[in-house]
Amino acid sequence: MLSQPIQEKLDRELKKYPVDQKQSAVMSALRFVQDEKGWIAPEDMADVAAYLGMAQMAVYEVASFYHMYNLKPMGKHTLTVCTNLPCQLSGAADTVAHLKTRLGIGLGEVTADGKFGLREGECMGACVDAPMFTVNNRKLCGRLTAEKIDQILAELSTEQGAKP
Amino acid sequence: MINIEIDGKHIESESGSTIIQAAHSAGIAIPHFCYHKKLSIAANCRMCLVQVEKAPKPLPACATPVSEGMKVFTVSEQAVKAQKGVMEFLLINHPLDCPICDQGGECQLQDLAVGYGGVASRYAEAKRVVTHKDIGPLVSAEEMSRCINCTRCVRFGQEIAGVMELGQAFRGEHAEIMSFVSSTVDSELSGNMIDLCPVGALTSKPFRYSARAWELSRRRSISPHDSLGSNLAVQVKGNQVMRVLPVENEAINECWLSDRDRFSYTALNVPERLTKPMIKQGGKWQEVEWQTALEYISHGLRDIAKRGGAEQIGALATPNSTLEEMYLLQKLLRGLGSNNVDFRLRQSDFSADGKQAGAPWLGMAVADINQADRFLLVGSFLRKDHPLLASRIRQAVKRGAQANVLHSTDDDLLMAVANKSIVAPSAMVSVLAQILQALATEKKARLDGAVQALVQAGSPSAEAVAIAKNLAGGQHPAILLGNFAQQHPQAAQLQLLAQHIAALCNAKFGFMGEAANSLGGHLAQAVPFAGGKAGMNATAMLAAPRKAYLLLNVEAELDTHNPQQALAAMYAADMVVAMSAYKHFASDYADVMLPIAPFTETSGTFVNTEGRVQSFNGTVKPLGEARPAWKVLRVLGNMLNVEGFDHDSSEAVRDEALGGMDVSSKLNNTLGGTEVRGLGTEQAPAHHSAPGPQSSALSGLQRVADVPIYSSDAMVRRAPPLQATHDALPPSAAMHGDELAKLGLKPGDMVKASQGEGSVRLSVVLDNRLPRGVVRVAAGHALTAKMGAMFGTISVERA
Repeated sequence: MLSQPIQEKLDRELKKYPVDQKQSAVMSALRFVQDEKGWIAPEDMADVAAYLGMAQMAVYEVASFYHMYNLKPMGKHTLTVCTNLPCQLSGAADTVAHLKTRLGIGLGEVTADGKFGLREGECMGACVDAPMFTVNNRKLCGRLTAEKIDQILAELSTEQGAKP
Repeated sequence: MINIEIDGKHIESESGSTIIQAAHSAGIAIPHFCYHKKLSIAANCRMCLVQVEKAPKPLPACATPVSEGMKVFTVSEQAVKAQKGVMEFLLINHPLDCPICDQGGECQLQDLAVGYGGVASRYAEAKRVVTHKDIGPLVSAEEMSRCINCTRCVRFGQEIAGVMELGQAFRGEHAEIMSFVSSTVDSELSGNMIDLCPVGALTSKPFRYSARAWELSRRRSISPHDSLGSNLAVQVKGNQVMRVLPVENEAINECWLSDRDRFSYTALNVPERLTKPMIKQGGKWQEVEWQTALEYISHGLRDIAKRGGAEQIGALATPNSTLEEMYLLQKLLRGLGSNNVDFRLRQSDFSADGKQAGAPWLGMAVADINQADRFLLVGSFLRKDHPLLASRIRQAVKRGAQANVLHSTDDDLLMAVANKSIVAPSAMVSVLAQILQALATEKKARLDGAVQALVQAGSPSAEAVAIAKNLAGGQHPAILLGNFAQQHPQAAQLQLLAQHIAALCNAKFGFMGEAANSLGGHLAQAVPFAGGKAGMNATAMLAAPRKAYLLLNVEAELDTHNPQQALAAMYAADMVVAMSAYKHFASDYADVMLPIAPFTETSGTFVNTEGRVQSFNGTVKPLGEARPAWKVLRVLGNMLNVEGFDHDSSEAVRDEALGGMDVSSKLNNTLGGTEVRGLGTEQAPAHHSAPGPQSSALSGLQRVADVPIYSSDAMVRRAPPLQATHDALPPSAAMHGDELAKLGLKPGDMVKASQGEGSVRLSVVLDNRLPRGVVRVAAGHALTAKMGAMFGTISVERA
């Protein structure tokens, strides 16, 4: 079962679409789930499918198509580093290398304490700020240097500590 | 019509058609993979690129509509260059493993690569690897690296089977076909994905690595299972059936085949096949020669007829027997002086016998289903009983037709259902009468006296009104009675009501026949009311045990309406002759077992539910000493000195049975109007305990018995791959949550379900779509063979 808050948000979303085309809301539904849990488990996809009257496989198609949906737990703060060409030319490889050393994990992995996940991403459409990563697909951090990355990581760690 | 030119050839094409359709209709081949005439257009393989005059670049022929004056070039330099380019891309990741690929020799990619592929690949990097998947016992997805992502299998699921079980996950180079979280593909039409797959990614699990396409000879046959009469290509190697494929017949199975028709061949050479005649002597079974066995039978039958009269002999056949077999069986019985012959083994209401104007049929051509715009489906486990009829109705619904359902279960039909009334079996007549009543009000028509008695006072339910209004709004409504309606203890009343509803809304009305030859049995006169004096019907001759029974393909405890009664009759008989392709439980009650040939080993005829007479030849020699049943019956006729048993071919038997008959003139579902007036519960045969329309008169739970798709006849019950599917899970006791709560049960608990003198242990399943007051327990399965009638009361308690 989808949680009550998700159902409420989803019902609001469904008002945007014709009643016989509920599946239009599948991307929103998956986003709500990921916002709540940090990732989307197969059971969640099955719940979304049931709620929207879709085939489970159709939900899986969408969830696996877009890389911003996490199909496995990716930590409290998922850092997605753009490794497309403009970022690469601006030093994305160094960004990835620095993050790997600082967090002690590789791409697609999560730190042992579950705080940070690291993954590779596609162009974020803001190449002027390259190199860059996003935090949980929401916060865009650009013009990264080793110092700036350390500062962001420190902020995220304390934020984690501050909030239970 | 639109005039276009393809490769210099002038072609007239319908407006709205695509280049590939126009080309195919003119006999011009355009290479393609993802395009399929029965599926939606995906245009993702790009193999059908062609040059079109004035177009700046090659266009996909499958997705480009024709326009007036269009000039298309399919083999021009530009077109061929584009096609060769696409082929090079397709082969980048496709493994070069044709020698060990099961599809080799019948692979579209292999064939087209000969024409469009390069001699060597320019691609030197690593090929992608896609992990294999287990998607069930029928379809193999063990080599998914071969997939070219045409998505035919996905579209088939979405569009034809009605359920999307396979999908394309991930994207770009990582895109792969898979099921949701390694679940199995459970559609009853899944085998068609094997045919559709243009490469060796999806292959037939039972057939894999057992033969090469070029080693097989292809022989036409007709499916012996459901009443559609699907056309089959039986493929044979060394006198063994290796696999079965569909033969395209747009009027019947289109290009599809249900899994039951496709994979039942796996039961042809199982160890349980009966290969020698056997006689029980002193409680021990002994193999004997045919002559000995037949002499024993003729002697026994003569003796019983002499001592107790010929009425002491009864003959039962399954509706999967051929026209010839049933014709000779009834001729033999009538020659001996008995009219006790029947094939309607799961039917329980015979009150329409002799009152119907002709043989019960679909009431329309199968292809007419596509034209109907309103459906009323009465008492049908549609998807499982008639998988391809269900698909046709699904297509009609997709094009705008509306389906209404009256049934005792609410299984997902995988199509939009406009209105439904899901009620206990005992309430079906009442609801159908309410629909009639509402329809009469809607049409401002007076009801015929014949059905007035069935229409109760009071206003019809909202559901009935909605269904009536829906039917009244159609131009071409179709009312179809399913197996459940035909097996219902008030089948004649349901029929009469449906007939009147059809008359009021100008609908076509008919029966979706129970099995391959349910119509043929009537034409073969294998019914007790066909000749002079009426004999006993299937139920009557089991209720009042006969001294001798001839069983043709029948497994008494699985193929009959009331297994308890059937078995009791078998045990009480002096002589039971079981003619069967298999050794089965008859070894417990029979005296003689005769090995007869299944449909692949005999010639014969099935008449499908629309009245189409389809004869077929044997495809292989009979196994062991098995013989075609028509020959066995002919020899038996000779031995018993019955007149007119000198046929030398099954064609001769068929011609005698049909005698130049115009089959279409024999088909008529009309019940004589006044004769069935007041056909109330008090007149219904006394053998069954099903209550009348008043559901208040009930005590206990009512049984709702389906015959699961892979329990329908002796052959499918022994097909190992079919028995490994989800549809073949052991029967359970399914109930509404309220009933479970009353009994303090939860899903998964074991219960003792008792009916008559028998009881069985079943696990409980929660199904809130069932009506209250019923328990669904399947028939036709060994686990429930100790139960009583398919309809009736049943008690459930914690085991």
